[in-house]
Amino acid sequence: MTETTPAPAAPSNAASVAQRILRHGGYETTLMLRNGEQLVLAVVLPLLALVALTFVDLLDGVASSRIEAAAPGVLALCVMSTAFTGQGIATGFDRRYGVLTFLSTTPLGRVGLIFGKALAVLAVLAVQLVVVGGTALLMGWRPDPLGTLIGLGLLLAGAAAFTSLGLLIAGTVRPEATLAITNLAWILLAAAGGILIPGSHLPGVLPDIVQVLPSAALGDAMRAALIDGTVATGSVVVLLAWAAVAGTAATRWFKWT
Amino acid sequence: MVSSSAPALAVESLRKDFGPVAALDGRMVRVLHGVSLRAERGAVTTILGTNGAGKSTTLGCAQGLLKPDGGSISLLGHNPFTASSDLRSRVGVMLQDGGLPPSVRPIPLLKHVAGMYRRPADVDALIARLGIDGFASTSVRRLSGGQKQRVALAAALVGRPEIVFLDEPSAGLDPQSRQVVFDLISELRDAGLAIVLTTHLMDDAQRLSDYVYIIDDGRNVAEGTVAELTAHAETESRVLEISTTAELSADDLRATAGLTLTRGSAGHYRITGVHTAEHLAAATRWLAEADVLPTALSMQPRSLEDVFLDLASTKEQSDD
Repeated sequence: MTETTPAPAAPSNAASVAQRILRHGGYETTLMLRNGEQLVLAVVLPLLALVALTFVDLLDGVASSRIEAAAPGVLALCVMSTAFTGQGIATGFDRRYGVLTFLSTTPLGRVGLIFGKALAVLAVLAVQLVVVGGTALLMGWRPDPLGTLIGLGLLLAGAAAFTSLGLLIAGTVRPEATLAITNLAWILLAAAGGILIPGSHLPGVLPDIVQVLPSAALGDAMRAALIDGTVATGSVVVLLAWAAVAGTAATRWFKWT
Repeated sequence: MVSSSAPALAVESLRKDFGPVAALDGRMVRVLHGVSLRAERGAVTTILGTNGAGKSTTLGCAQGLLKPDGGSISLLGHNPFTASSDLRSRVGVMLQDGGLPPSVRPIPLLKHVAGMYRRPADVDALIARLGIDGFASTSVRRLSGGQKQRVALAAALVGRPEIVFLDEPSAGLDPQSRQVVFDLISELRDAGLAIVLTTHLMDDAQRLSDYVYIIDDGRNVAEGTVAELTAHAETESRVLEISTTAELSADDLRATAGLTLTRGSAGHYRITGVHTAEHLAAATRWLAEADVLPTALSMQPRSLEDVFLDLASTKEQSDD
């Protein structure tokens, strides 16, 4: 479009981009932490999984103790809860109710919305780390010190991959379908996706299938880091590939209305 | 420096297609066929049309939410589709369905939206003005339609915009809050804002507008001030409204006087084309012959609604 008349340099009334993103991140964090279902998904279910896995023999042989074997996978599950299921459902309904449309007309804009959501995922993840990780420490978990640093990087990569997947679903199907898909996927992947139980410990042909899933990639990489202090290169490559592909797909196909 | 007389919004020959539509073998559907309009500062500009006429699509393009397929739009001198946050900070938007998150209470929501601006409006004053404090502890999900409308209006105004888009602002409002909203809109106009609103309610358009564009089927069909539109062509024309408890036959009226009965809901008759005292006498003769004494009978000049109904009926006839 040609602009025949230059616009007068009217003063902008937008808050700075950093303020907008920080404020929106804080707002979305509060919403997630106040939502009862989200809290069950983000904190209660991972805690239950942590305790349950120390009472059964599913993870025997994975590490020196059951808590050492369980904690890395449970932290991986926290990522899937918040980034994938939690943010996916919230975004799906925001889209239905026109919230995304309205906020994209404010100075926040679409880019600010996405960065704000990512920030909220990280903030809730930090809360989960403190609560779930703290409980594991009380239960005798002693993670590898170097592995803990690697693990933090893996959680960030996992958050990127699962947030992209959650937004891809939320931005392409109806919110009811997003609710069904992300909840069902959470249950299936938690049970047999290699996130809590190592892919190699699953029966039948499952080990070959799950090793290309982001759930097993994150779970196995977390176990390698926190139990042995090593980088599971194959799993890390799979995880980063999922982040790149899902991120590109979400950018390409996300519908705002 | 551009003179302040440059319009806040200028839309030229706007075209917009939707689709592909599966029910039409994957063809595109053109919903806007070249809509043009201008909105000045310090004025209420109304886009009037029936549901599906293209009002919201026009607004969507003007707000930068939809990409036009033809024509041009200048919003405060910029292309809205590539709007920067600076431009968005000067434009307020109230969507037809509100766009409010259901789980949030009104005040935290408005404070959050205010946080997107460097110099937001006084949120507390806005809340008091629109009576939002009366339902502040209720989440958006449990608000009535009219309460949601007031919150959405506040959200559109919290950034102290220079131009504000209001899509069906009076939908769901009770008479009292309607008055509050209308007073606020008039005040904003007097303060120099450009206000662009859509409505399918003639009464709203008539009460609020400085300038009205009537659009139908994605095209401009008429425009002007309310006075111009209602005075247009048939200066002497009147509308006769009759309420009765009895049933009347419209055919008898047409046969005797050549008048037009444009609408007849239960017990309510509306006769247009009353140009002379003889027409009025014919209408009352029609009642006398049917031996009906109406419960109410009133005569008014043409309203915007009559203009609109005339335009709509002209279109139906040309479609036949």
